[in-house]
Order: sequence, then structure tokens, then C-alpha cells
Amino acid sequence: MGNQILIGTGRRGVKLKKILDKLLPFILSIAVFIAVATIVSLLITLITTGGHRLSWNLILNYPSSNPEEAGMRSAILGSIFTVGLSALICIPLSIATAIFLVEYSRGGRLASILSYNISNLAGVPSVVFGVVGLGFLAYGLGMGRTVITGAFTLAVLTLPLVTVTCVEALKTVPDDLRQGAYALGATTVQVVRRVVLPRALPMMLTGGILGISRALGEAAPILVVSGLLFIREDPVSLFSKFTVMPLQLYNWISRPQPAFVELSSAGIIILLLILLALNALAISLRQLLVRRMEQLWR
Amino acid sequence: MEIESYNKLQKSYAELGKMEMIEEPGEEVVRVENLRVAYGEKIAIDEINISIKRRYITAIIGPSGCGKSTLLRSINRMNDLVPGARVSGKVYFNGVDIYSRDVDPVFIRSRIGMVFQRPNPFPFSIFDNVAFGLRVNGFKLSKDELYAKVKDALVKAALWDEVKDRLDKHAYSLSGGQQQRLCIARALAVDPEVLLLDEPTVSLDPISTARIESLLRSIKDEYTIIIVTHNMLQAARVSDYTAVMMPDEKMVGRIIEFGDTREIFTNPRDKRTEDYISGRIG
Repeated sequence: MGNQILIGTGRRGVKLKKILDKLLPFILSIAVFIAVATIVSLLITLITTGGHRLSWNLILNYPSSNPEEAGMRSAILGSIFTVGLSALICIPLSIATAIFLVEYSRGGRLASILSYNISNLAGVPSVVFGVVGLGFLAYGLGMGRTVITGAFTLAVLTLPLVTVTCVEALKTVPDDLRQGAYALGATTVQVVRRVVLPRALPMMLTGGILGISRALGEAAPILVVSGLLFIREDPVSLFSKFTVMPLQLYNWISRPQPAFVELSSAGIIILLLILLALNALAISLRQLLVRRMEQLWR
Repeated sequence: MEIESYNKLQKSYAELGKMEMIEEPGEEVVRVENLRVAYGEKIAIDEINISIKRRYITAIIGPSGCGKSTLLRSINRMNDLVPGARVSGKVYFNGVDIYSRDVDPVFIRSRIGMVFQRPNPFPFSIFDNVAFGLRVNGFKLSKDELYAKVKDALVKAALWDEVKDRLDKHAYSLSGGQQQRLCIARALAVDPEVLLLDEPTVSLDPISTARIESLLRSIKDEYTIIIVTHNMLQAARVSDYTAVMMPDEKMVGRIIEFGDTREIFTNPRDKRTEDYISGRIG
């Protein structure tokens, strides 16, 4: 009888389960392969069509009707300016919102209504945010179709995504720790500042990275807010006119000359590189935080 | 004590950084009157009356789910943190109703410390864990005074000899039993009058348990201790007074017997107490 249990015969479905167990990694790896293959083929297409167009001109020059001289300097600066500003607005706001939801209105009615709305907001098409930005910020508040309007629009657009991640980050902090701190006579501010935030901050920054990546790739809301596809001056202040990389690329790709289509491929490569650089920066910042927290371990 | 003088006392505690031991042992430090705690619609405990004597150990025993922890957590207003918890009745601490509007729960928690079921040290160094309470309560201490207080608390918690050479090491490098003693040290560092322990040894091995029991006996001359346990032998070993809690037919926890520990274990008045301590129920 002992043997029977060891071998596993006599139990129904065991053989099938074993086959499935062997098969599952194979099925899963197909899913991974499809995802990877898509990205790789995309990169190959980009490099074969636009690779030879990569040059310093592309980064340093203003857009031009001559594809040999055309660059996306104004768009790159516009993107960095608006996206960076939007991150500065969005990340603190998201962290504050998340702290309110999780630490202050603990499971209250207000909190559940708010969280529900924030999740819904994440599903709103991005162009709607652009319309709100144009109508409310640019014309309603008279901020104009400027960098600051674009930054606020992108901030509001990424707010739900980042807030949801920040809420999740706070929820990963064990309640034991909060209870321990409260039981020693700590106030909520002290509990959050000394116990909860240090634990949650790395994951919150991950949320910030997601938000930045999303904002950098958005074309539709900026098209509505800025309306410019072609601009030959740098954004120098919060109230400058601006465009962003996705719009510049959209402009090139819709031109009939094949040279501009090649340029847009090269532009996409640069967009991806900037995205990678930003992510690397954020990840190393996060690692630095984690390491500072774990220093005591050794 | 009047609320006004109580608030003054609260201020002077913060300034002095310590309390003066003027109270006599044996007098009433905590009194619970007609306490009822409900979570939403569900009444967890009802008609609780109990009087806790200064510098004695009082055990609260009873089967799981009878509301022992709920009672304990209403003594330092930790139930405030549970959404939907409602408390009615009175809990007096040094004669002041801690649920009256003028009383700051944060101050109450610094005077009535708490240790939890599972060790929950903060992800800091051993030193910073013990210093946490002193820092958040705004004690203005020099570096040496802080060190002295941390050392004092660790000595009382019988942990000093094991950690004195590695105070800057992470608290998670300690064993489970050491972590729990660290949590006790952390609570003692703030110099509370009352220490609440919620099944402090339930996750520990017998040796660690014995250490904690002996440390509790060694500090009872300075602190009033209330310990929740469902280990009856533990209650018999460490406590002077014992309250027995039991859920009624609606699963509402009630105190069915309260008195001298020896009396409860040798000569219980209630049939259910007898059944419980002899292992027939629970």
C-alpha cells in the first residue's frame, strides 16, 4: 500500500495532472515568445528602416522640410520638459492621495468612493484629458496652449495609474508595524513618516516610472492641447509653445516622402532610448533607496 | 483626577521624560465598567466589568474568539484604529475616563504600552527599535540619556546581554523569541504605567516562553501587567489575578469569573471555568 501511494497509481487523474505539469511551462513559454517576438520584430523593422538616419542632426536640429537636415530638437526638449514637470506634479499628488486613502480614511466610505472613481479615471480615453486640458486649463484658466498646460494634462492623465500603484505599495506594508507604532504613542504622521513610507517608497517610485513611461508616449492629449506638429523654437519657459516627440513622429510618418518615414523610424529609436534612460534613472534611484534601507542588515 | 490636571500631567511627562512613582501598589489603576465593543453589527464583548490593581499581573484567559484581545485593545484605545469598531461603557485609567472627549488616545497609548501576538519589530536597527517610542513621544534626551534609557529597557527585557555588542544590527537578525523581548523592551522604554500583552508567547518555543514569563515576573514591581493568554498554565504560572472570559450562546464574549489566580484554578465558582481549566472545553 505504501508503494501505491508513492507511485501514485490508483488515484484518478494523476497521470493527466503530471502531463499537464510537464506541458504547462511549454505553453507559458509560447506566450512569452509571442511577446518577445513582437518587440524584437518591431525593433528590427525600426533599425532596418531608420537605422541609417540616426545622427546628431536628429537630436540637435530643428524640424525642416529637408529630410537631410531635419531634427526633432524642439520635440525632444518639449517632451522632457512637459513629462518631467508632469512627474513632479503627479508623483507627490499620487503619494499624498494614497496616504489619505490608506492611512487616514482607513476603509471608510469616502475612501471607497474615491478609490472607485480613481480606478474609473484610469479607464478614460486619454484624448478626453486633452480636451479637458484645452477647455479648462488653456482657455478657462487662461494658461494658454503651453508647456505648463501640457504638463498638468499629462499629470492628471497619469495620476490614476500612479495613485493605484501607491495605494498598493502602502497596502504591502504589514499592519503589524503600524499597530506597533501606534501602540507606542505615535501619531499618524509619525507612523506614516517613520514606519510606512520608508517601506512603501521603492514600490511607489515604480509607480512613478510607469506614469512617466505612459506620459512620454502619449500623443493624443498633447495634440489637442498644443496643436503643433511643427515648431522651430525651444521651449524656454513654462509658457512656451511646445510639441512632443510622438507628435513630431506622427508628423513625419504622415508625409509622402520615404525619407521622412525613415526619419520617423530613427526618431522612434531615440524615443525608446530616452524612455530606457529615464527608466534606468528611476530604477537606480529606487535601488539606492532599497540599499539604504537594507544597509542595516549587514 | 480631573481632566485639567491630567492634561497638565501629560505635559509634565513630556518635559520630565519620566514619571514619578508615587502611586501605591495594589490600588486600582484601570477600571472597566459595563464595557461593550461592537464591530459593525456584531457585538464582540458585552457587560465587561473588571478592576486592575497596580503592579500586579492580571491574566485574561478564555477560548479563542471570546473577545480577550478586544477587551485588551479597548484599554489603550487601539480599537479606535479598527474601522467600524464602536465602544460604549467606561474605561478608567487613574480615574480618568479614557474615552471622554478631552483625552488624547495618543497620550493614553504612551502610558499604556502593548505587545502583540506575533513579534513586530520595526525594520530598523535594534537600538532604533527601542528608541522609537522615546523619539516619537518627543522626549528631549541627549545622546547619552537616550543610550541609557535604551540600555535600561533592554536590561529589563532580559535582552541586553545578547544584543549589547550589536545594537546597530537589523532587528530582523534576531530570533523570534529575541524579537518578542525586543518588542517588550520597546514598550518599556517609554516607561508606561501599564503593559498590555496580547498572547505574547503564542508563536514562540517553550524556552523563549519561559524567558518571557520570568522577565514578566521580574518587572512586575514596576509595571502593571495585563496578559491575554489561552495557555491556562501560563496564567497560573505568572499571574496574581485571573479573569475568565467565555462566549455566550450569541458568541458575545463575557467575563464569567474574576479573582485571585490561585482561587480560580483551585476552587472555581463557575462550572464553565472548571470545565475550561480542566480541559473539557476550549
